[in-house]
Amino acid sequence: MTSIDRKLAGKTVGRRTVLAGAAGAAAAAAVPLRFASAQGKTLKIGVNLPRSGIQAQFGQDSVRGIELALEVLAGKGYPKVEVVHADNETKVDVGRAQAEKLIDQGCTMILGCYDSGITSAVAQVCEAKSIPLVVNVAAAPQITDGRFKTVFRNFPTGPMIASDAFLLQKEVYAIAGKAPKSAVMLHANDTFGTTQKDASVNLIGKFDMPYKFADVISYDPAARDLSAEVRKAKGSNAELLWIITRLNDAIMIVQEMVKQRWVPMGIVSTGPGPYDDPFLKQLGKLSDDIINMVPWFDPNKPMSKAMIAAWAKKFPDRTLNTSVSHSFEATLIALDAYKRAGAAEPAKLIEALKKTNIADNVTVGPAITFNDKGQNTKTRNSAIQNRGGKLLSVAPKEAAVAKPIWPMRPWNARG
Amino acid sequence: MDTVTVINALVSGLLTGLVYGLSALGLSVIFGVIRIVNFAHGELMVVGMFLALMLFRWFGLDPLWSVPIGAAVLFLVGYALQHFVVRRVSYLPDHMQFLLLAGIAIMIVSGCLVVFGPDAQGVQLAYALDSFAIGNLIVDKVRLYAAIAAIVVASALLLFFKYSATGRAIRACADNYLGARVVGLNVDRLYAFTFGIGAACIGAAGCIILLLVQVHPYLAPAYTLLAFVVVIVGGMGSLFGALLGGILIGVSEELASVILQPSLKTAFSFGLLIVVLLLRPQGLLGRVVR
Repeated sequence: MTSIDRKLAGKTVGRRTVLAGAAGAAAAAAVPLRFASAQGKTLKIGVNLPRSGIQAQFGQDSVRGIELALEVLAGKGYPKVEVVHADNETKVDVGRAQAEKLIDQGCTMILGCYDSGITSAVAQVCEAKSIPLVVNVAAAPQITDGRFKTVFRNFPTGPMIASDAFLLQKEVYAIAGKAPKSAVMLHANDTFGTTQKDASVNLIGKFDMPYKFADVISYDPAARDLSAEVRKAKGSNAELLWIITRLNDAIMIVQEMVKQRWVPMGIVSTGPGPYDDPFLKQLGKLSDDIINMVPWFDPNKPMSKAMIAAWAKKFPDRTLNTSVSHSFEATLIALDAYKRAGAAEPAKLIEALKKTNIADNVTVGPAITFNDKGQNTKTRNSAIQNRGGKLLSVAPKEAAVAKPIWPMRPWNARG
Repeated sequence: MDTVTVINALVSGLLTGLVYGLSALGLSVIFGVIRIVNFAHGELMVVGMFLALMLFRWFGLDPLWSVPIGAAVLFLVGYALQHFVVRRVSYLPDHMQFLLLAGIAIMIVSGCLVVFGPDAQGVQLAYALDSFAIGNLIVDKVRLYAAIAAIVVASALLLFFKYSATGRAIRACADNYLGARVVGLNVDRLYAFTFGIGAACIGAAGCIILLLVQVHPYLAPAYTLLAFVVVIVGGMGSLFGALLGGILIGVSEELASVILQPSLKTAFSFGLLIVVLLLRPQGLLGRVVR
């Protein structure tokens, strides 16, 4: 039978038809294959962090923390996982799109997102798709106010950070025997900065602090110049400067204080920036004496010691900070849940995350557990003082390794 | 708010405004002559800043002494950009030119990211954090030096356009394109030269601004926007206007910060822009083009 005969007979099954059919079958088969992969044994974690943009420095430190955790935890019997990295460019819309993309790629758990605004957006995506989100760093209270059932956060909320900051300050002032009588706050006006400011201003009355806020000054964290902000803060004649910053703004604030010859009794910070490497390296001795009241690791815990040793080996020129420690611990939480769930299915991972109870962890406070809203309410902050390029824990007492220097030394009397 | 704080703010605003003015001069020069809006303005400035940073790191050269080098390198970049790229789209509609320069801007940012990374980097000079104190008035030494350098560069540019043969020829091109061609001026070469001069101003400004802020690739769009505001307030194409616009924006931002809220300062400068556009659309020292 010739091909013409076959066509005439209505049974055209040539080579091309067979190939096209095979291609179609393969395409159709690919869908269940990918689905099967997502439901199979190997967990695929989508890491959604700011690798570029204004918070790139923090995102990159977070990635270092995750890589470090994978190495350290592999030696402690935790299962191997596949990690897919995505850059949210420090933009909410990009973060949301990247979360959807990661889930489409077969990730059954998302880890991130450093920024509160981006984390809120990604939480919505994860909630809609019933995918667990393990938050490394983000403080906005609304992320764990009960609206999301798939979010698990081992980072304190803004009010928790503010409350701890008041308690830690009292501890520092008691040790030093000197407390300020007035304070001025300089805060970034992004989601994180505003949340922190609101919590601090609203909660100060509950802690019987020795000072009141003389002024609260907001600014754009992407500002080119903060001379006017510092001038206004100096004009308040406050004894304590409380800053809630990112990185570059923190550097600019200290530089302007030196230029404007303003030496308050001390500077406390409840945000990132003053404990980050570029801050310490660029300002040198001028970075000293600032006290960071921030989520931190307890250097005395066994897991922390393993993390510190691995960090020193892998990144000898970089300082271990909050971005690293909390990303390390977020990875620990993810791997622990996967280990207990015994599967990469989102529903099983969520159930395992709900039952988290990790005593061998790195951050300050008791074992990691989550309440019914997915928040670890027991994690505590530390008071970390910058000293000669090092970050020393000065409070709470159980995690302290040094006594605080308070009041801070004048700019021109630092050796 | 006490008087001392306000006077300090006024002085700081004046000095900052002069640097703003210098940073916008390049945009004004290029638009004034070639009638092309350089959307890669901030990105070229960031290139100048990174250049000064590298000269500081490699040779310990103070960014103020890097100004001639930064200006020379950016002159060549600007000349080549106009001669090989922008000239070829000069006959296209404005939005096509905008897209081209916006594309170049994205390429510059991406290139800087690849080479220098996303971290903010700055220079650490012995006098970086010094200040002069005259009674209660505290003047930032770096800001003062930067303002003086801005005046020197702007004066050199003004003298060049007023007294040099090439400067006069460029002004002739700006005043009457056809007439300039008729009398035999090589307009294409002069346009490339003008773009080079504008880029040299941007390069010089970049070196000077590195004294005041840390550089990172994402800094560029903010400076492009700032230059637009300054130039529109002062008058597109007017060199004095760019300086005046810079001073007005600098002083108004500082005063808004200390009297109102610092986070309102940008809103204040854009408010000034809107007022100028409503009352004098050509800018304070700009000419009406009919």
